[in-house]
Amino acid sequence: MTKSAARSVDHAEAPINANLSSEEKIQLLRGMVRIRRFELQAAKIYNAGKMGGFLHLYNGQESVAVGTTSLMGDNDHVITAYRNHGHALAVGMSMNECMAELYGKATGCSKGKGGSMHFFAPDKNYWGGHGIVGGQTPLGLGLAYGLKYKGLTGAALCFLGDGAVNQGCFYESLNMASLFELPVIYIIENNKYSMGTSMERSSVVDKCLAQRAEAFKIEWQQAGGEDIYEVRAVTKKAIDRAHKESKPMVLEFDTYRYYGHSVADAKHKGGYRQEEEIEKYKKEHDPIQLFKKRLIAEKVLSEEQFEAIDAGEKAEAIAASKFAEESPSPTEANIFEDVYFEVDRQTEAGRTGRHFFNN
Amino acid sequence: MPLIEYRDALNQAFAEEIERDPNVVLIGEEVAQYDGAYKVTRGLWKKYGDKRVMDTPISEAAFIGMGVGASMLGLRPVMELMFWSFATVAYDQIVNNAGQIRYMSGGLINCPIVIRGPANGGTNVGATHSHTPENWLAAIPGLKVVSAANAYDAKGLMKTAIRDNDPVMFMENTLLYGEKYEVPEEEYLIPLGLADVKREGTDVTLVAHGRAVLTALKAAELLAAEHDISAEVVDLRSIRPLDEATVLASVRKTHRAVLVDENKPFCGVSSQISSMIMEQAFDDLDAPVGRVCSLDAPAIYSPAVEPLQLPTPDRIIKKVREIC
Repeated sequence: MTKSAARSVDHAEAPINANLSSEEKIQLLRGMVRIRRFELQAAKIYNAGKMGGFLHLYNGQESVAVGTTSLMGDNDHVITAYRNHGHALAVGMSMNECMAELYGKATGCSKGKGGSMHFFAPDKNYWGGHGIVGGQTPLGLGLAYGLKYKGLTGAALCFLGDGAVNQGCFYESLNMASLFELPVIYIIENNKYSMGTSMERSSVVDKCLAQRAEAFKIEWQQAGGEDIYEVRAVTKKAIDRAHKESKPMVLEFDTYRYYGHSVADAKHKGGYRQEEEIEKYKKEHDPIQLFKKRLIAEKVLSEEQFEAIDAGEKAEAIAASKFAEESPSPTEANIFEDVYFEVDRQTEAGRTGRHFFNN
Repeated sequence: MPLIEYRDALNQAFAEEIERDPNVVLIGEEVAQYDGAYKVTRGLWKKYGDKRVMDTPISEAAFIGMGVGASMLGLRPVMELMFWSFATVAYDQIVNNAGQIRYMSGGLINCPIVIRGPANGGTNVGATHSHTPENWLAAIPGLKVVSAANAYDAKGLMKTAIRDNDPVMFMENTLLYGEKYEVPEEEYLIPLGLADVKREGTDVTLVAHGRAVLTALKAAELLAAEHDISAEVVDLRSIRPLDEATVLASVRKTHRAVLVDENKPFCGVSSQISSMIMEQAFDDLDAPVGRVCSLDAPAIYSPAVEPLQLPTPDRIIKKVREIC
């Protein structure tokens, strides 16, 4: 389906959206606002020097994480790359555990051992949070293989950016996904830039990046990512297909990031892209503003309600920062925990031989 | 006790663990219908079918990563690399994903995977196929590394590796696959992290792993017969975790050590052992620790010369006689 054809359809009418209750629609909006407010607070603490490392913000892409994960059933799983705060919050991780992880605190989701790029919540079918571009794509294949092996009806939603499509292991994974009929859905979040290199300068494109799936006889679809209804309608078809036919699919959502590759990316404004481009997208395509307008038009939401949601999420993000600041850091002894299962549990295997080689 | 080949001992370990645990699955290139490039998985596909023994395309990065992803969901994949040398194309999946996922998730995720295959030189296949990456991998906290010198150890260690809840890198050897050794019919396990004294001696300790153990044993025989030197041979069996106590006890008894290692010398496994002996048994030493490694150049193809690049009994004897 071409982009223009996709956008001529009103995705609110897709059954998966038409059947949403008012409360469910507001929950979708709240999910996006929640990510926006978390990320804005994260940017603040990063700029205040309160966290280390990198910070890859998701602002502008919220509709993709919230729309796709809102469709997850008990046996559907998610894995993504380093721009992972949105997906983490969307699957239900708390702001406290996520914010504390940014601060490197023991109360963080990874006990301060993973940092911004490495959030995990296996109890919520959320498998990270991966730092190496494209490195998660074989893991997503493995989740799908594991589901099929266990005879479970489910799907693995494996997210990647437009830069990751040029990594070799992605194509190895597509070949195996098709060959073995594994229920993995690769979701390309195309925000147009792989770090400072535009798609035009990094990728050979015919129709779109997802089209490359044709080489592996995998169904694909490109769609707009700014309309959460569209994200849901398109993803629903892919999940149904994975569940019913155990077949992979490649989706590509057009989206945009408001910040740089990471917050340390000074060239994203006026360097490799112009400020007007960013402002134009924010004004015309912001997924939160678009959905807000939509829900007001549908008479599901009032301006006051929106303000209350926004204020609530902002307050929670600020409170999460306070929680993180007041939380203890890991101790030096904690460095050696969570390396080996057998050592942590002090099993016989964990007590046999030397595992760590410090003096 | 029946004498069986190293490859068949591994084969028995796989069959027993497949039958014991429905989550155990063998995955790799040619492991199923072809019966394994080195016949290690011979007959298993026929017996256990597609689900438990699975052929993959030549895509090491993706299939190793697939195994890692599946292990996160509770499977126990036993992944074959046709050569451990091919780990180079799957290195990100092994090091960053298998090796780091437990740590980075604060202990929320386990990776009970075994990655196995031959890791040796000496077969005239050139440098690309002759790497011995046990030292590369043992340098990664989060991974475990095992190397079996005979069929008995191979079976017992493999069964333990499959049941272990951490990622275990299992080093085999194409030159050992056809070697026979006594393997009991009843079930047994060998813990990881436990070295084995393969020959007792009093004058010098030879520390080795994998096929270098056999080279060290040959050297020990010749040292006894021709030079009246009694060499003790310690087989590490497991490199990480490492049984330091057995090595140190032997050195404290013999007061001399020569380390035999098919790794190249720079940061080889023997470098770690040497450092450990120096730090923990310095006062017990009567001579500097010596090392006999593979000669420090890419593996040469020439069939006439390659055997000389690996540790040989002659080089071991020469090194021992320098300090005894």
